[in-house]
Amino acid sequence: MKNSKTTAHHSAKKAPKPESSASLAWKRVQLARHPQRPFALDYIEKIFTGFTEIHGDRAFGDDHATITGFAYLDEQPVVVVAQQKGRDTKENIKRNFGMPHPEGYRKAMRVMKMAEKFKKPVIAFIDTPGAYPGLGAEERGQAEAIARNLLEMAKLRTPVIAVVIGEGGSGGALGIGVANKVLMMENSIYSVISPEGCAAILWNDREMIQQASDVLRLTAEDLLSFKIIDEIVPEPEGGAHLDHDRAAQNLKKALEKTLKPLLALSPTALEAQRYEKFRAMGVFQEK
Amino acid sequence: MVWYKNPKKGITKTLGKKQVRVPEGLYAKCKGCSAILYNKELDKNYKVCPKCGYHYQLSSLERLYLTVDSGTFEEFDEQLVPKNPLNFPEYEEKVKKGQEKTKMPEAVVTGLGKIHGQPASVAITDFQFMGGSMGSVVGEKITRAIERAIEKKIGMVIVSASGGGARMQEGIYSLMQMAKISAALGRLDEAGLPYISVLTDPTAGGVAASFGMLGDVNLAEPGAMIGFAGPRVIEQTIRQKLPKGFQRSEFLVDHGFVDAIVPRSFMKETLGKYLKFFKP
Repeated sequence: MKNSKTTAHHSAKKAPKPESSASLAWKRVQLARHPQRPFALDYIEKIFTGFTEIHGDRAFGDDHATITGFAYLDEQPVVVVAQQKGRDTKENIKRNFGMPHPEGYRKAMRVMKMAEKFKKPVIAFIDTPGAYPGLGAEERGQAEAIARNLLEMAKLRTPVIAVVIGEGGSGGALGIGVANKVLMMENSIYSVISPEGCAAILWNDREMIQQASDVLRLTAEDLLSFKIIDEIVPEPEGGAHLDHDRAAQNLKKALEKTLKPLLALSPTALEAQRYEKFRAMGVFQEK
Repeated sequence: MVWYKNPKKGITKTLGKKQVRVPEGLYAKCKGCSAILYNKELDKNYKVCPKCGYHYQLSSLERLYLTVDSGTFEEFDEQLVPKNPLNFPEYEEKVKKGQEKTKMPEAVVTGLGKIHGQPASVAITDFQFMGGSMGSVVGEKITRAIERAIEKKIGMVIVSASGGGARMQEGIYSLMQMAKISAALGRLDEAGLPYISVLTDPTAGGVAASFGMLGDVNLAEPGAMIGFAGPRVIEQTIRQKLPKGFQRSEFLVDHGFVDAIVPRSFMKETLGKYLKFFKP
């Protein structure tokens, strides 16, 4: 099947579409996955002070695609949950290309419960192609781990902010994304399925990813217009990968601004606001 | 040898075709053991092969008939129909096809009824409707069903048959239904009310990773495919063959994610028992 399509692809390659004609969504997908883009640890280092990482889900092991720890945002102690990609092959193997195993979601829940106990806000950095689809992940209950986080995050009696910094890959992203406020970096994406997966299902052709990126409506602007996210954080011109400091500065400002009013809310009000936020999501017709 | 082999092949083929159309034909070849089954007999046996116990998929309505006490079911929210919020190509056609196939407005039926004498709020998804996938309507109907359980102070039973998971055609809205339903289940939990999740073939993706796995008790039908990622995706990712029985009900019991495997003929009674025990 692949072979029969080779000729068509070949001719397409011969005359590449000029960069400017590529769709905005597709450009965003490429920027969101850019290997030089700031990853969670870059932001953590530039935004917070005194970051201390803690490890392990207390049940199976430590997931290296998920980072958890404590830090200060200015004077405010915060609990950090983050998905981490690697910049080179070696690091990517360690980080499993940013694809968490169940123990990653369970570790994240462990520290979020701690955040609740010690009355500290949670800041979650989302950057994953998706939860890892593997043998061990299934054996250890990837579906259960994500489901549990959705239920428990909704109940947390402490402020939760989530930021999509790169790829928001479906359930793997949402697994740390049930927040009072959800922000997206300007060039990040958030989608129910990868453009590749969508193209394979729709057109049986993984090369149709540009079109798939368009139909999925996965840009920050799309999600803001759908009221799925609350704010878009501007990136330096050309993308965050060109100026990590500026991108981090912008995000820091947005986090400070977002966190302040949340800290004034009672635990009950926080829980209620988060519940209502997600309760309202969905578009349907009631005849 | 030749005269013997060929006709046999022929028979297998025609029967093989019929098997796809169960239960329309008169006979079917069992998907599990290849036994030739009289379809009426199969129907009488809850669509379970009397020889090997293979559980055929059921429609929501068939499941409803087998699960809820006769004459007690009151359907809710059947007026909810999907929109096409992303203007996704061919979505309306797919919905229409699903509606024609299932005679249902969407991939889930919800309502109140009694199961083995116990009142419950019930939701049943239908694999024949776009793979039982979850869009805004499925999310909203199930959430309302959970809220109804809280309001009436009764238990919640959701039967999942959703290989599709979150519905691609509604994009991010579908994904968010996972959070919406899970949050509602959290409230049910805090109200001290039981939720029993019944996992049937197949339950995967965003459905497994939300209400599928969140039961106080998770029950599964024998041999059902239950998992997060599809087996093909996993094989492509790890580049190795998956072991036999991977992601089947028995595998999930072995790994601690399903409490019990319940054959279809015992499901109603079993649900009734749990609902009675957990009654507030």
